[in-house]
Amino acid sequence: MIALEKRPQPARGWVIGAPLLAVLLTMVAGGIMFAALGKDPVGAIRIIFWDPLFSEQFSGYSRPQLLVKAGPLILIAIGLSLGFRAGIWNIGAEGQYIVGALCGAAFGLAFWPSTHPLIFPGMVLAGVLGGVLWAMIPAFLRVYARTNEILVSLLLVYVAEAMLASAATGWLRNPDGAGFPGSRNLARHAGTDNPELIAGTGMHWGVLAAFVAVILAYVIMTRHVLGYQIRLAGQAPRAARFGGVNAGRLVILCMGVSGALAGMAGLFEVSGPAGRISIDFNVGYGFTAIIVAFLGRLNPIGILLAGLLLALTFIGGELAQLMLGIPAPAIQAFQGMLLFFLLALDVLANYRVKLKRRVAV
Amino acid sequence: MTALLEISGLSKAYPGVVANDDVSFAIQPGEVHALLGENGAGKSTLVKMIYGLVKPDHGTMRLKGVPYAPAEPRAARAAGVAMVFQHFSLFDALSVAENIALGMEAPPKPRDLAARIRDVSQAYGLPLDPFRLVGDLSAGERQRVEIIRCLLQDPKLLIMDEPTSVLTPQEVEILFHTLRKLAAEGTAILYISHKLEEIRTLCDAATILRLGRKVGACTPRDVTAAHMAELMVGKSLAQPARDTHAPGAVLLAVTRLNLRATTPFGTSLQDVSFSVRAGEILGIGGVAGNGQDELLAALSGEISAVPDAITLNGAPIGALGPNARREKGVLCAPEERLGHAAAPEMTLTENAVLTGRIRRGLDRGGFVDWTRARGFAQDIITHFDVRTPGTEVAARALSGGNLQKFVIGREILQDPTVLVVNQPTWGVDASAAAAIRQALLDLAQGGAAVIVISQDLDELLEISDRFCALNTGRLSVARDARGLSMEEIGLMLGGAHDMAEVVA
Amino acid sequence: MIVDPVTLMVALITVATPVLLAAIGELVVEKAGVLNLGVEGMMIMGAVCGFVVAHHSGSAALGFAAGMAGGAALAMLFAVLTQLLMANQVASGLALTLFGLGLAALIGVGYGGLPLPTVYRPFPEALRDIPVAGPIVFSHSVLVYVALMLVAAVWVVLTRTRIGLVLRAVGENHDAAHALGYKVVRIRIAAILFGGACAGLGGAFLSVVRVQNWLEGMTAGAGWIALALVVFASWKPWRVLLGAWLFGGIAALQLRLQAAEVGVPVALLDASPYLITIIVLVIISSDRSRAALNAPAMLGRIFHTSG
Repeated sequence: MIALEKRPQPARGWVIGAPLLAVLLTMVAGGIMFAALGKDPVGAIRIIFWDPLFSEQFSGYSRPQLLVKAGPLILIAIGLSLGFRAGIWNIGAEGQYIVGALCGAAFGLAFWPSTHPLIFPGMVLAGVLGGVLWAMIPAFLRVYARTNEILVSLLLVYVAEAMLASAATGWLRNPDGAGFPGSRNLARHAGTDNPELIAGTGMHWGVLAAFVAVILAYVIMTRHVLGYQIRLAGQAPRAARFGGVNAGRLVILCMGVSGALAGMAGLFEVSGPAGRISIDFNVGYGFTAIIVAFLGRLNPIGILLAGLLLALTFIGGELAQLMLGIPAPAIQAFQGMLLFFLLALDVLANYRVKLKRRVAV
Repeated sequence: MTALLEISGLSKAYPGVVANDDVSFAIQPGEVHALLGENGAGKSTLVKMIYGLVKPDHGTMRLKGVPYAPAEPRAARAAGVAMVFQHFSLFDALSVAENIALGMEAPPKPRDLAARIRDVSQAYGLPLDPFRLVGDLSAGERQRVEIIRCLLQDPKLLIMDEPTSVLTPQEVEILFHTLRKLAAEGTAILYISHKLEEIRTLCDAATILRLGRKVGACTPRDVTAAHMAELMVGKSLAQPARDTHAPGAVLLAVTRLNLRATTPFGTSLQDVSFSVRAGEILGIGGVAGNGQDELLAALSGEISAVPDAITLNGAPIGALGPNARREKGVLCAPEERLGHAAAPEMTLTENAVLTGRIRRGLDRGGFVDWTRARGFAQDIITHFDVRTPGTEVAARALSGGNLQKFVIGREILQDPTVLVVNQPTWGVDASAAAAIRQALLDLAQGGAAVIVISQDLDELLEISDRFCALNTGRLSVARDARGLSMEEIGLMLGGAHDMAEVVA
Repeated sequence: MIVDPVTLMVALITVATPVLLAAIGELVVEKAGVLNLGVEGMMIMGAVCGFVVAHHSGSAALGFAAGMAGGAALAMLFAVLTQLLMANQVASGLALTLFGLGLAALIGVGYGGLPLPTVYRPFPEALRDIPVAGPIVFSHSVLVYVALMLVAAVWVVLTRTRIGLVLRAVGENHDAAHALGYKVVRIRIAAILFGGACAGLGGAFLSVVRVQNWLEGMTAGAGWIALALVVFASWKPWRVLLGAWLFGGIAALQLRLQAAEVGVPVALLDASPYLITIIVLVIISSDRSRAALNAPAMLGRIFHTSG
């Protein structure tokens, strides 16, 4: 029979190998899923992973989109990873993203039609604040009322969506918009826009922020006392208390940071690629970022790569929808499968597989 | 008469270690048979084979003349073999009756079971209320639940693994009374322990194991404890070197410390007061579950107290957190090695940072200096003879004794003014334990104040200058450790918790 | 009268049933010591499988069975990951939800708006016509009564039978249960499958009976509400029923208030079930003594035996 024996240390090779193998297995399983839908499996996999980057026909449009999609994913995932490492589960990043966008957009629209250079930075600040405040609700409830932050942050996503709907149809609605829902277009207005910084790359302020976040997170996690305390709290809470880590402060800090980054991402999105506040401008980055965080093994560099990979699946998925008629939800299922395989293969990094024979007495 | 249990040539090996090597002995019906040996001698593995938890590699067993090879504990129980483990398999949030029902094959209906529990527990002098939650019981009472669970199955052989480690001396007397009564009724008892005087009082025969082999058999009443000790250990251990010297000024004073329990099954501290002087070791005895963890948490700063309740050199520190106290020189080593004193998945270097960051200057402006941390970890490893491949090994890869040496060494090398340790040699092999005790004595000699909280009375009497005891959250008055009798100690530990009067 | 209390109570019971089913299933799972955050994913799988099979087969009963099977199948993935492969329960549950939502949407493509068979109502017309009591007690479809019986059954099994005692023991201290010879992994897998089947059944009720349609993402957080209900109920079956009715009442009430155009902003009404759930959670969690004692001690912890 097969038994699992815990390794004294996590196996180096598997720590890197598991995500790669997970990607491979997902391609295979995904291919089977596409075949079951009556589509050409190899063609589908190629369109999702290869064509957006390298094909003559599509890469001109797709490659810049890579950074556009990866930016928010990475930014949010970095924030999430700090908390996840400490055992603080912020599942409501989507809600913080929305609230950040609303606050930032509201700030920008309050000064409309001014194009003063300080407006955009103000919007960013407002977005950060909005995300932080929305994340403080589950944070404070956890610290002072022992309430499960997974459920609170999640339920607040639905509340945020209700707020978004009311904003798009009511208090942020474009007065010159002939009654249609949605705010003014922020991306096409000089003072409030979030433009492409280097033409043709899709890189806007949000993408830059993501890269900066990766670097800062790397430094903090490996060299700073805070990173040490986060890891400690996640692995051995009692030892963390013994080592002087203030659990409550850590919860508020980690939730605050992830709320800030999510809110920032929301603001950058609504003033850039999405363009304006509308009922459904949020496409689920807050949830996909969770997959990015785990796929990247909660490590900043890993998250960078995982974010790019998942962005690829988004773009490739759109392409597959267009060219092969693969339904949109297939990509979400695909991404969920990726996380599954990664979690399944993770076991090999921490446990050794042993074949045990039954011993005769 | 046919032996009840006959063991021939039993052997078991695991990767890297031979747990039992060709062990043979026999137990007669109605005999109280001791299985003696140090930690790691192979007692637990042997007994697990008898109980069906582990399959032997070689050898045979016979129960009442018939071949006996239980495939799992259920088969052992069906054959009439019952076992009370050292670490109880109990469920805190469930009642006594529910706990007992879970340990039985075919439990009777709840009402009948409750009645039977009351009857049997009264008959053997260990009264139990079937409807109390196990989490509310003391350690001695929990052991009663385990014993009654076994007795309800009418065992022919009762195995007890280190039963007295959680009992006060009075409770030990009552347990022995129960066991003698069982033996008189024909039940054989296999009694595992390393406490020599108890074995001499209780047991009819003894088998001694060392490093997996049987190295001797004797009749305990006829030999001295020293003889059995030598057989167990194989060499004579040096008595720890100790200078008598006059203690200095009072360093740490605890005055009327009151702390409410933080968990539903914890213990509240009530009016705890004591003081420790420079160069002195204060021993705090007590069976587990009487407030030791809470006291350590109050002293380490993990739980906040009234500022004046704890003072260092007269200055109040009761409300300070762990790192603030470390800055002032108050260091602690908790009982739980993995998960509390050290993070199991982190390396020794990272664990060195856990408590050493402040006093050894391992961080600069918020950034950890990993090179210095590694150096500190290496210092600990060298000074305290920690057997490990290196500093980058995870804490859980170390053996219990080595990790304990690291944990205590880490605190000692930080030059504490006051050091508090909880169960410093629990689960540690004899030579490591001796080294730890010597290190504590040396530290005190250097002028520090040392507080040792321990369940091991022998250890406390060996190294303490003064002794007091924790009982249900209250601390007795500290007395001079030299010249204390077992009777007095037993009373300080709280006597026997509502147990039946023992007819001697 | 802005809102008719009789129709409100009928609606309350109908709205509560899917959440009740999912919550009672999750209660059993958590009592065994496992935290399955994938309830939303299992519910929506049940919703889509139930709808598809009911539509094709013309039998609502077969639809319900398919819903249970769909939920259980997804739960099996979770069981393998967390019980056999020792994966982190929080991450696995989230993966289950995300995967389930996507897979369900995929399966359900093109099924929106298609016709369904009617569901059996056990009580005769005559009883249903009794004023007040008739509609509230007798007019529901069979699954509503099944859900109530299930709550009772779970209560009986957990508190009065041996298997219930063993399950609770596993959730309290899996190491001790293992030492006593109980098969912890097997018991937990069985509990997880039961939870999956219940959630799937709840989802099937949602699509086949209540909404009578299939829409992507139609569970709208009901799975998360179910998880919150288990905490609110302090892991006690009858309180799950109470909590489900409370949630159902609020959800039904807010829809009616919206229709009645009472003047309360639509956004607030839409968000009210979720806000109230949060408030209730806070109240229960901050009561230290009660919360601590009833939560199964092993909830969320990984069980691993050596040798």
